[in-house]
Amino acid sequence: MRYDLQVIASWIEPGSRVLDLGCRTGSLLAHLADEKAIVGTGIEIDEDAAGRAIAKGLSVIHGDIYEEIEDYPDNAFDYVILSQALMQVLDPETLIREMLRVGRLGIVSFPNFTHYKNRFQMFFTGRAPMSKELPYEWYNTPNIRVIPIIDFRRFCKHLGVPIVKELALSTHHHDEQGKVITFLPNLFATFGVFMLGQAR
Amino acid sequence: MSEYVDQIETGESVGLVEKRFFTFGGDEPLELESGRRLGPVTLAYETCGTLNADKTNAILVCHALTGDSHVAGVYSGNDPKPGWWSLMVGPGKPIDTDKYFVICSNVIGGCMGSTGPTSADPATGRPYGASFPVVTIGDMVRAQRRLVDSFGIDTLLAVVGGSVGGMQVLEWSVRYPHRVHAAIPLATTTKHSAQAIAFNEVARQAIMADPKWNRGDYYETGRPEHGLAVARMVGHITYLSDESMRHKFDRRLQDRVELSFDFEADFQVESYLRYQGNKFVDRFDANSFLYLTKAADYFNLENHYGDGSLVAAFSRASCRYLVVSFTSDWLYPTYQSKNMVKAMKKNGLDVSFCEIEAPWGHDAFLLPNKRLSDLLAGFLNKICLHCRIGVHDEI
Repeated sequence: MRYDLQVIASWIEPGSRVLDLGCRTGSLLAHLADEKAIVGTGIEIDEDAAGRAIAKGLSVIHGDIYEEIEDYPDNAFDYVILSQALMQVLDPETLIREMLRVGRLGIVSFPNFTHYKNRFQMFFTGRAPMSKELPYEWYNTPNIRVIPIIDFRRFCKHLGVPIVKELALSTHHHDEQGKVITFLPNLFATFGVFMLGQAR
Repeated sequence: MSEYVDQIETGESVGLVEKRFFTFGGDEPLELESGRRLGPVTLAYETCGTLNADKTNAILVCHALTGDSHVAGVYSGNDPKPGWWSLMVGPGKPIDTDKYFVICSNVIGGCMGSTGPTSADPATGRPYGASFPVVTIGDMVRAQRRLVDSFGIDTLLAVVGGSVGGMQVLEWSVRYPHRVHAAIPLATTTKHSAQAIAFNEVARQAIMADPKWNRGDYYETGRPEHGLAVARMVGHITYLSDESMRHKFDRRLQDRVELSFDFEADFQVESYLRYQGNKFVDRFDANSFLYLTKAADYFNLENHYGDGSLVAAFSRASCRYLVVSFTSDWLYPTYQSKNMVKAMKKNGLDVSFCEIEAPWGHDAFLLPNKRLSDLLAGFLNKICLHCRIGVHDEI
């Protein structure tokens, strides 16, 4: 399992109710069900990924996260996870408010845009950065947003959403290994993982 | 709905099966939703697999509009046609008869062995015809429950079905919430759209406009074959899609190179519909068709159980759901499945949903489809684990 997902999994209390937005084939949900006996649901827009997750025996809704999250009652979940999907979200403010409406806690992970390699690439080549975490050209990227870790913190402040926990990681996109970055995370981390609490 | 789709047997067959009959309500007739009473009631049914000692591995399969109890296997060694869902039901198949005990019965109102308009009215000794009481999906399910009771089965592991069979699945899950662990409604709806009712009405009018229909009293004078064939043609169109018809027929001509300039079946699609209509007449009863389409039109889960609210209706349910729709199904389009999923979610029910990309229209649930097979197999496995059913040990 991806390292950022391992970190997220380590934050989840056993036996809790979990909603995974953009769950792909459900590897996090399956892991949490096996290891922590959680009651989980996923939402996934891709038919193939959703179908494979359901065929694993997971509860997954094939559909768009904006539409699907609306149907859940308030506080239906303990955790609502959005891992490596925020870059593709049209309206992050609405989505994060929705996450914290249906869930007690929200967990968000994303690639840190201002990692030093990206900065070097921009500075020395003058071109839009491409990396293992953001492996697209400007014209074919599904990612409509670039998210530096410090900007995400400012965004949470703007929303009035407290950051309950935060970890900066150095790991590649699909790697199972990685390490926690404490020194200048906005410069040295490839990923940020945040746990968000209820807005004050 | 078009169970006549000739199934290709894949994998191992369940082998020989036998149509059986269960009769109840001789002393105490079934009270129908219409207020009328029906009794005695006979259900034709078939089973495959073995019921385990705790009677916890039973799956009820509900057939669609004009289907029957013959879900899988063959009636004899030289029977060329296996049951209508042989693709899905059998040893090692998604509904695995090595693990599960499968029951499929013909609905009341049908003409494949269960009590319906062709049955003799005990009061007159003659076929009921149009004096048969109008039955509902709820009535069909209440009759099925009596059959399930007769096996001593308290809770069904799953109820599975597509189209009108899916309506029965939904009805089971809401009417008898504590008797169903899991429900799998496929390509179905909680209520017919005006469009679906409209097509059914055209089909019914075709039958009733046939002079041979004779207000339903035709069993001695000759059947309204032409009306029934036209009704089937209308229905058949709704089971396909623009794309599948274009792919199968386009505007190709049938057995000719030029247009006839008369009312012969010039086009392949005309010839095909005529063939399907005529084939249907051989196996189906016109009055049954009227009753079954009416039952489907009357089905309205939210009105019946939720006073108009689907969320309220599903508040009665407690089972796990797997809802499946198909992209090209315009009879029961995906939005209808999404509506039921939405209501299930609002009730905190455990639900999975997948819209399968398939070009073949409403019929897709009856055709070979790896995605559907995988979904069913995986979902049922999970239910099995959840219920801690030692299906292998106990058989």
